[in-house]
Amino acid sequence: MRNFLAKRVVDMPPSGIRKFFDVVSEMPDAISLGVGEPDFDTPWHIRDEAIKAIKAGKTFYTANAGLRELREAICDYTLRRIGVRYDPLSECIVSVGGSEAIDLAFRATLEPGDEVIIPQPCFVSYEPCVVMAGGTPVTISLKVTDEFRLRPEQLEAAITPKTKALFISYPNNPTGAIMEKADLEKICEVVRRHDLLVVSDEIYGELTYGGEAHVSIASLPGMKERTILINGFSKAFAMTGWRLGYALAPAEIMTQMIKLHQYEIMSAPTISQYAAIRAMTNGDHDTMTMRQSYDQRRRFLMKKLKDLDIPCFEPKGAFYIFPNISHFGMTSEEFATELLKKEKVAVVPGSAFGKCGEGFLRISYAYSMEELKEAFGRLENFINYLRENKK
Amino acid sequence: MDKEFSERLLTLIERDSRLTHEELARALNCSVSVVDECVQQLEDDQIICGYHTLINWDKVHSDAVTALVELRVTPQGRYGYNQIAEHIYQYPQVETLYLMSGAYDFLVVLREKNIKDVSLFVSENLASMEEVQGTTTYFTLIKYKENGFLFTTPKNDKRMVVTP
Repeated sequence: MRNFLAKRVVDMPPSGIRKFFDVVSEMPDAISLGVGEPDFDTPWHIRDEAIKAIKAGKTFYTANAGLRELREAICDYTLRRIGVRYDPLSECIVSVGGSEAIDLAFRATLEPGDEVIIPQPCFVSYEPCVVMAGGTPVTISLKVTDEFRLRPEQLEAAITPKTKALFISYPNNPTGAIMEKADLEKICEVVRRHDLLVVSDEIYGELTYGGEAHVSIASLPGMKERTILINGFSKAFAMTGWRLGYALAPAEIMTQMIKLHQYEIMSAPTISQYAAIRAMTNGDHDTMTMRQSYDQRRRFLMKKLKDLDIPCFEPKGAFYIFPNISHFGMTSEEFATELLKKEKVAVVPGSAFGKCGEGFLRISYAYSMEELKEAFGRLENFINYLRENKK
Repeated sequence: MDKEFSERLLTLIERDSRLTHEELARALNCSVSVVDECVQQLEDDQIICGYHTLINWDKVHSDAVTALVELRVTPQGRYGYNQIAEHIYQYPQVETLYLMSGAYDFLVVLREKNIKDVSLFVSENLASMEEVQGTTTYFTLIKYKENGFLFTTPKNDKRMVVTP
């Protein structure tokens, strides 16, 4: 029999997260701080809209790009939250999660050999998406000393004649880093000078702490026309299982994205779309409540890490902290594995998010304070054990 | 004082009055002295009325009952409802007392060790008041939530254990 497998898929490394997931799944009494989704249930009033839609028999396909009413709500929300105006009819698509929108963005724009610059550490699927779209990922290793923000000189150094796009994802999973307006302005200058496209995954955009609201790169001068903005409902409205995201982009790019989506997906889940209208138009209060909760936990964890004398830059976004554990003389995978074995606490090794994540751990605080307190009690035991054995 | 700030502080200590001022300061991103000052002010204004404990008495006394009693009354003289209220709320059995709009006047929440104690209290202490025209008593069956807090067991985490 022939080998039926596609080489480019076989060559793709499995996600580092997956490996860890299998280990943790075997330990039912472990406390996991490894989850990348909110611990809140989807607000009831949003769930109710889905139930109403089912009862009313709204169970058919929608327009390829999504319900017009939802696209209008998305564009209103985007204008209200980040100050960028998009046309719901020609510049917006509703996708199956932010993930599909990322895939569409790359496949609509990349030619074979086109390079896409991806700063790391980052979410696991960006590189494979670029590869599957025929592009070549070029990674940049962000530095903890820069608080994992992208610096213009790092970008400049990674640009070649083949570079087509810069991919960024702030607030960031796994580091919790954000980029402020001044940081983005410096990046935009380089982007415009080299005539690059920007794909910006802003799925955690609602989750920033410390007073400064998220600034979208699309809101800076001369950027909207060269930016594909990705967002979704999962993190801001605790709607991960609804599988709904969206992209906003200039009409000529959007036309191509909608074409791909139409052949592959047809349309995003209809029931989820009806619920999402409610999230866009009446969800601000829910988001605010969740944000305050996350922030309280974030402060608690930062204090705990300080007490434990584990270095960690202050993350100002998403719901992750990314402490540096390199001084224990173990790889992050060894550390995470030992912590799981000894104290039954699961965290994700930073190396799962790119080579430069080595030496770090991703700790999610999408957990109740009680769970975090218990988990950090156990982490403290583990740290004490390591320090005693070192002496 | 910033209204939004004090509301956030109130929300936090309403959930857990044992949070120290240090913990509150960290949660609210301010200095401990700001918390000290804010709490003092809220106490002075009697916005914070106490630091009580939420107890599930049903677990202590298996026969314990909570009863809601509607009272229809005729206010007397120039003292009106307030004097009747004072008469009712002085009883330690009365956990909560509201003056209501609508079909009846007072809603009395009673907590007693058993049903007999409730009926005794209603007939001897409430129904016998000369201002009281009539009473209707309801017993609660299951207490799911009180003062914003769930009495049921916490839900399981339905999420997968590790996700990207």
